[in-house]
Amino acid sequence: MKHDLSPDQADARAEFRATVDREIAPVADEHHRQERTPPELIRRLAERGYLGLPLPKDLGGGGRDMVTFGLLAGEVGRGCSSLRSLLTVHTMVAQAILRWGTRAQKEKWIPRFAAGSAIGALALSEPSVGSDAKSVKTQATPAGGDVVLNGHKKWITYGQIADVFLVFAQGEGGPSAFLVERDRPGVHTERILGLLGLRASMTASLQLEGCRIPGDNLVGRKGLGISHVAAVALDSGRYSVAWGCVGILEACLEACVAYTSQREQFGVLLKEHQLVRHMVTDMVTNLSAARLLCLAAGRLRDAKDPGALEASSIAKYFASTAAVRAANDAVQIHGANGCGSDYPVQRYLGDAKIMEIIEGSSQIQQLTIAEYGYQEYGSSRGRA
Amino acid sequence: MSTIESKARIAAYLARFFPGHDLSEDEDIFSLGFVTSMFAMQLVTFVEHEFGVTIENEDLELNNFRSINAITGLVGQKLAR
Repeated sequence: MKHDLSPDQADARAEFRATVDREIAPVADEHHRQERTPPELIRRLAERGYLGLPLPKDLGGGGRDMVTFGLLAGEVGRGCSSLRSLLTVHTMVAQAILRWGTRAQKEKWIPRFAAGSAIGALALSEPSVGSDAKSVKTQATPAGGDVVLNGHKKWITYGQIADVFLVFAQGEGGPSAFLVERDRPGVHTERILGLLGLRASMTASLQLEGCRIPGDNLVGRKGLGISHVAAVALDSGRYSVAWGCVGILEACLEACVAYTSQREQFGVLLKEHQLVRHMVTDMVTNLSAARLLCLAAGRLRDAKDPGALEASSIAKYFASTAAVRAANDAVQIHGANGCGSDYPVQRYLGDAKIMEIIEGSSQIQQLTIAEYGYQEYGSSRGRA
Repeated sequence: MSTIESKARIAAYLARFFPGHDLSEDEDIFSLGFVTSMFAMQLVTFVEHEFGVTIENEDLELNNFRSINAITGLVGQKLAR
């Protein structure tokens, strides 16, 4: 199915696809089992410019449009959701800095993010705080011109290797956002192992114990950490996670088409069984629909249209729930083989389930999308 | 763009958030009990897209977004710079 990509976008997608098939997909199961991403793989991504693809050219980035960035997230997500999550969180922090950071923060961090010499991670969730982000308990206490941070952050994707964390903490005026370098005294990370999915995503918890940072590390205004800074980061995250789910859907479909085309049961290939075809039909249909929603969201983002916020939520909600169904069916089609480690589909299932939880759970998306519905269709203008 | 035109566009956009309520130009939208987590960014992106301006940190005063007249004033200041 063609999607009216520009020649540059189509060329970029072909390059991403070839890179993923050559360098990422073949080693994804191994990294999943090892629960780590080798640094040389991240370095190669950086050398290809993938870590800074959507960042501004004048700050060392690739200056590519958001559709192209989505295509990258989709292709990488097809090969390895963990690695796609690196693109996601790294870009989330970069976008927050670009939108609300000071000129000095942009000039310090964006060129490093683009080159991959610094990795960014988002430190929002806490042991007792998830969706209700405004209730973070981490404290930011003024100390002269500095700020002292104390608290416990959890579920930080690539927190094991990140060079800088975007930390959300309660302070004057409400929750605020701060850049916290890993090498600051009082910063301690601990690996989180045994995750359901994204097992190579080097997830960590973060302890901040009397961590003193300059007041200049504040991103955005005091008290607007969640409503503005996290909002930008999470919006970016939803967009790339949605595309990552397109990748999972495609990976499920490819695996099932291959498997059902060579395995026989009851004297015929699996693909000749109509109930198997039913599941493949749903994968094909949902993949097409998810991709179209993501493309629509990307084009609105490129146009800086306010409708991009809603479109990204819808794309994330649809694509993540569809990816779970597809991965569930992919395991079903593979039978016992789908439950073992010889085939990648069990990895897809764990990864897909996490997509329904991160950057706003499906239930949060439902609340948000319903609100958009009442905005658009609740007025007489909407009914016209 | 005239102030009247700006005001009309802002009023039309805000109307979606207050169905069934005739929002007056000086009415405090934050006092109406409506502010979702998405509203702040929706409003910022609307103003930027609609009027071709960039909202900076220093613009993020509640008083700049409190009413149709306040947003119109902010847009006027941004366009005049």
